[in-house]
Formats: sequence, C-alpha cells, structure tokens
Amino acid sequence: MMKIEVLGTGCKKCVNTAEQISEAAESLHVEAEVEKVTDPAVIMRYGVMATPAVAIDGKLVHSGSVPDRETIEGWLRG
Amino acid sequence: MFEIFTVIADWLAYGMLGLEPASRLGAAVHFFIEDTTKIFALLVVMIYVIAMARASLDLERVRAYLHKRHRLAGYFFGSGFGAVTPFCSCSSIPLFLGFTSAGIPLGITMAFLLTSPVINEVAVVMLWGLLGWKFTLAYVAIGMAVGIIGGMLLDAMRAHRWLQDFAAKAYQQAQAAAPQGSDDSGEPVPAKRLTLGDRHAFARDELKEIVGRIWKWIFIGVGLGAGLHGFVPEGWFAANLGAGQWWSVPAAVVAGLPLYSNATGVIPVLESLIGKGLPVGTTLAFCMSTVAASLPEFTLLKQVMQWRLLATVFLILLINFTIMGWVFNGIAPWLSIGGA
Repeated sequence: MMKIEVLGTGCKKCVNTAEQISEAAESLHVEAEVEKVTDPAVIMRYGVMATPAVAIDGKLVHSGSVPDRETIEGWLRG
Repeated sequence: MFEIFTVIADWLAYGMLGLEPASRLGAAVHFFIEDTTKIFALLVVMIYVIAMARASLDLERVRAYLHKRHRLAGYFFGSGFGAVTPFCSCSSIPLFLGFTSAGIPLGITMAFLLTSPVINEVAVVMLWGLLGWKFTLAYVAIGMAVGIIGGMLLDAMRAHRWLQDFAAKAYQQAQAAAPQGSDDSGEPVPAKRLTLGDRHAFARDELKEIVGRIWKWIFIGVGLGAGLHGFVPEGWFAANLGAGQWWSVPAAVVAGLPLYSNATGVIPVLESLIGKGLPVGTTLAFCMSTVAASLPEFTLLKQVMQWRLLATVFLILLINFTIMGWVFNGIAPWLSIGGA
C-alpha cells in the first residue's frame, strides 16, 4: 500500500491535487492512502518551496503545480 | 497603438447601443468597453511573452543566488526577485520557510514577500496601458522601496526573535552552518534546460491559469472605475481630498485596509480616481494598502510568525505607505503625472 502525502497549506490547488490522485488510484485499482499535510513544520522538513507538492512513502516526487494525469498514473504504477 | 480600443468603444457604445457621448451612462459604458478590451488584449499578449522568458526561473536558484549576496544587496535583489517571480499567496508559507531554513535573513525574505503581491506582470501591463509609463515606474519604485525598507527595518529590530519556534530554530541552525554572504550554500543548482516547445507549453498553462484567476477581477475593477468615471463630478476629489490636506494620505491608507483586492481589481479604479483629480501619492497609498496589506494573507503568516512580528510587519507597511504617499504628492508636479 502506497502512502501519498499532498503537501500544502490548504489552497484550492492542493485540494484539487489530492482529489486527482485519489481518483486516479481508484480507476487504476491501486491501493493508496492519500493524506493532506498542512503542518508547515513537516512541509519545511521536505524542503518544499512551492506547493502543492507530493511525497510518496516519504520521498518528494513533485512540487509547485497540480500534477497532470499522466504523471500521477506513472507514480501509481510505480 | 491603443487608439484602436477607443475606436471599438466609440463604435459599440455610441454606434451600436446609441448612447449619448455627453451622458453619464454613455461615458461609463464607453470607459467600460474601452478598458476591458484593452486590458484583455494586453494581458493575453504580455502574460504569454513574459512566461516564455521566465519558464526557466525557479525558486531554488533564486534562493542560492540570494544567499551569496552581500546583506545590503540582498534586500535589493530579494525585492527584485519578488517582483519578477510569479506568486500565489497559498505558496507564501513554504516559500518563507524555504528561505528561512536556508539561513537567508528574515529581512531579505520579507523584502521578497512584501514586493511580490504588489508588483507582477499583470499590474505593470495594466498600469502601462491605462496610466502611462511614468506612473508605472513610480508604482514599481514604491513597491520595491516598501519591500526593501521594510526588510531592513525588520532586521534592524532583530525581528527573527519573533518567529514561531520551529522556524526560529531552523533559521539559527542554517545561520550557524553557512551565514549570509558566504559562498557555501550547499549543492549548486543547475539551470533547467528548456526547448522552445517546453517554453510554449509553460506559457500556455500560465496564460490559462492567470486569466482564469483574474478575469472576474477585471470586470469588477473596470465596472467600479466606469461608475466613478461616469457619475462622480469632475474635480470632486481635488476639491475634497486634494494634496493640500495632509491627512488625506493616511486616511487613504486606512480606507484601503479593509478592502481586500489584488492589483488587477484596483488599477482600473485608480485610473478613474486620478482622472477625477485625486492626487497621485494619495492614490498610490490607497492602492498599496488595498493590495499589499490584506488581512487574509496576514492570518496565513501566523503559522510561522508570532503575533508580535505580524503586528510589526503590518505597522511598518502602513507607515511606509503613508510616507510614500506624501513623497509622491510632493514630487508629482515634477514628474508631471496625474490629472492635475
């Protein structure tokens, strides 16, 4: 089971990112736990300067925009 | 070059709609059509061109660059990067922490954050099209000055003491490891290599994103401006809130506070205010107060700053706006800008 964290301080784009990932996971039948992280201390530890950002199993994979569908599916397929 | 928009507005307002040019409604509708067509045309072209140019700019490189500067130059460059970097208020917290945890002095980070919402390509394009290049230069100069002076004052007060604990700790550790101005800022950050196709894709997305976000502000702002233009008597502001009344500047700053708008919404209103004889410094002070000192954004910063720091930043901004307003009212005749 993948643990996917969406980092962001709660703007519309971050909500959008989390929704897109959940949808993609469902349609690919990948078991993933999508969590929205808003704690600034955690975001700082990832070294992210532009949100929304995405971390998978504790590793940063994306930052600064809502990722497109292809990119998301790439992560989910591993 | 902009006459085409006057011609379009003449044709639509007086020709198609049959309005009387001398009537209030006619003047307001004409203003609305001329400004909305002009702004949208300018924006589409300029956002695309500018986005093409800055596709390769990224924050990691900006940070590494700022870190190497001498402290004094740092305020200037911090504010300058704030002006050219696209910025969404929802990114202010991670950006603030990214800079702070790299040991960049709080004042330089704040110079960036204070300038960023005030100066952006949309504001500059609109000012240029509606109010001319002199006013645009004055606006950019004030926007940067407020950021630079604000940042310097905060460092002079050693304001980093009033960060939230976790941010203060990260800042101190980074300062101890590699102080500002040292060359040792960790791994060099390589520039992104982009093809023309990549740049086009970036610029197209930016254009969609920005226009999608601001189109309604343009209609609201131009609508308000058109109303003022058509219905407030000529010279009313000059008579009642002119440069002679020194208190009109702080009053404009206070009046702008509860109004929360972005630069896009407020600039068409400025055009009308100046046209009706409101002094240029007073107008700029009002504009800055509306755009830069917005309560919703300040509340966001509470996550990384203690109340004391928030209040200090806020106070510095208000005082800066007021002084800048007075200065610009004083030098406006010399710059020969404004309605008078």
